[in-house]
Amino acid sequence: MKVLRAREWAFPIAPVRREVRRATPELDEGKPPVLFVPGFGHGAWAFAEHWLEHTADRGFPAYAVSLRGHGDSAKAPKATLRAYAHDVAQVAASLPRRAVIVGHGAGALVTAHALARYPARAAVLLSPVFGGAGTALRNPMLSLPALFGGGLRLPAGQLFSRELPANAARGYAARLGRASTRAQWQLLRGRTPQPPVGDPPVLVVGSPDDRIVSDTALRRVARGYGGAPLLFPGMGHDLMLDTRWREPIDAILDWLEKSA
Amino acid sequence: MTYSAGYGDPEQGAPATAWRDGWPVYDRSGTVCVIGAGPSGLTAMKNLKEHGFGVDCYERDTSVGGAWNWRHDRSPVYSSTHLISSKPFSQFPDFPMPDSWPDYPKHTQVLEYLEHYADHFDLKPHIWFGTEVVKVEPAEGERWDVTTRSTGGYGGERIHRYAAVVIANGHNWSPKRPEYEGLEDFKGEVIHAAQFKDAAQLRNKKVLVIGAGNTGCDIAVEAAQQAARCWHSTRRGYWYTPKYTLGRPADQVNDLMLWLKLPLRARQFLAHRTLKSTVGDLTRFGLPKPDHKIYETHTIVNSQLVYHLGHGAVSPVGDVARFHRHSVELKGGEVIEPDLVVLATGYHPSFEFIDGSLLGVDAQGRPRLAMHAFPRRQPTLAVAGLLQPDSGLFPLVHWQMVAFARMLRVREAAPAKAVAVQRRLESELDRRWTSAKVKDSTRHWFEISHTTYLKAIQRLLDELSLEGAK
Repeated sequence: MKVLRAREWAFPIAPVRREVRRATPELDEGKPPVLFVPGFGHGAWAFAEHWLEHTADRGFPAYAVSLRGHGDSAKAPKATLRAYAHDVAQVAASLPRRAVIVGHGAGALVTAHALARYPARAAVLLSPVFGGAGTALRNPMLSLPALFGGGLRLPAGQLFSRELPANAARGYAARLGRASTRAQWQLLRGRTPQPPVGDPPVLVVGSPDDRIVSDTALRRVARGYGGAPLLFPGMGHDLMLDTRWREPIDAILDWLEKSA
Repeated sequence: MTYSAGYGDPEQGAPATAWRDGWPVYDRSGTVCVIGAGPSGLTAMKNLKEHGFGVDCYERDTSVGGAWNWRHDRSPVYSSTHLISSKPFSQFPDFPMPDSWPDYPKHTQVLEYLEHYADHFDLKPHIWFGTEVVKVEPAEGERWDVTTRSTGGYGGERIHRYAAVVIANGHNWSPKRPEYEGLEDFKGEVIHAAQFKDAAQLRNKKVLVIGAGNTGCDIAVEAAQQAARCWHSTRRGYWYTPKYTLGRPADQVNDLMLWLKLPLRARQFLAHRTLKSTVGDLTRFGLPKPDHKIYETHTIVNSQLVYHLGHGAVSPVGDVARFHRHSVELKGGEVIEPDLVVLATGYHPSFEFIDGSLLGVDAQGRPRLAMHAFPRRQPTLAVAGLLQPDSGLFPLVHWQMVAFARMLRVREAAPAKAVAVQRRLESELDRRWTSAKVKDSTRHWFEISHTTYLKAIQRLLDELSLEGAK
């Protein structure tokens, strides 16, 4: 744990307007709030589609943030990974109680960075993209444009399983934005996040049929947090938008009820 | 049978009840006692909880926030109090203040932040409000008996036995009043800065402010705008740094220089140059020339004082020689006639509930603590937040308390290691945590440089790493 952070203090992250969508249960049962963090290109809408309401129905106050430059948050073409992690820590700290953070894709890496700056009650990493050259080599056609300053190409076929109707998949793919070039480079560099503060339990969730995150990458991340991934075979990268979205979120909430 | 016998009598062999001076002691086993629910107490509770300890906190007032809660009778804040360190230095390192807040938040925002911290980490259920600590005494097995009663002394006293105690009672509430010849006979009004709450108290009065600390300068600035006349008495020359330099909060510039690993001399040179080219030589306003280089003691962070000096709204004067019935004589013979004297002369640390020798308190009232936090030979006792940093206090107390919580854990898991660390701490009992030469005056007792101190904390945390202990 690094205590002296002169560089961070000398260069604080600029404030921006952040989109936060929420769904709160009708009755407050004292369950911890759950904050969803979408990955690169995605906004809070990706969770607002199914998971937000479902989480609230199960008694957890649910929130989803759009990282700066995504969704309806303010534009941020020069954002860094640190700025994204700052967005997550800011929203988490603003919630009424200590929050659970659920990050998806590259948002899982952002979440991992945020965990070093905010003592979450628990964390869930969904189809985590922790970057590094390996991820890029597995998906050369996706990553190649990013090397030249373009966005990551995220075609529907890579994100969803075949079960999702084609027009729905195309609809979602059309809503995708892009992360800043700088953050994409940082993702490629794949710097290991600092260890989490407050020793939260961490669950890694993914699919062996994910066409972006390999099974080995998934296991490596899970091992880093001292566990094995929870797998949902047959699903695509975007677990929260796929046809069988209900299974992973129910498993996550069951896990939360037991461990947080 | 008398009523008290119902509790069991020590003479008659009561079942497993501990006694102290004829009173029953409620054993709280592994629970840790935290005295005070100000920022230091809150972060102590949060970090102890995070390390798996039960906590009981006693707070003499009825709400959290300590000194930052203006409703508290011991709070020193006045209506215009703002932070003097910018946000990154002032927030707990794992709980950021909203980034939409200004660089230097106001005291009401700090209170809001602390209340939110208490709610967010669910600390309030552990706090016994309206309860003050009367006595803290050592018990067997390096444990502590804490006697409490409701604030003001109503009702009975109770004794609880704790595994450890964190003293977080603050050090900015017991006013330090200097003695001047003739002060008792002075007919004008004399208040300590602790009683200064609002600029209205100064309106249309002739005000003498004594003391060049941050509070003294703030009050002088208020007086410049509200009072009929303002004299500002300072004993020595100090460095006044603005809150902003080079387009950003000055402390962020300073840490930028630290990050670039510029040595102290280079930083001093740059700071002298920057000050010279912006505010210039302050002796032209009649302020005494500083008798030390910048950064040797903490600078006064105030942009406005220099501004009002330049407008003639504040008249700098020297030290006070004596008081007369209707006037004040200064060293140098000048006589002024203020209606109101504000003593901005600081505060004493005060630990009236514990035997001073346990904290190594000397004749002048200064405790002797390793890293200003850990008393000698008392591994289960800590004093939180007894620091005057050149940046914000909250992050430093946070890390102090993480270290203390880890220390308690290591004591259980690897006692030999804990003893070794404790020995090492004690060997550095008199070390100063500043990179520069600090003037030896009560004002500078607890002055530390945040970088030097945090480096020492880092070393301590690494030594207490829990991985090795498992």
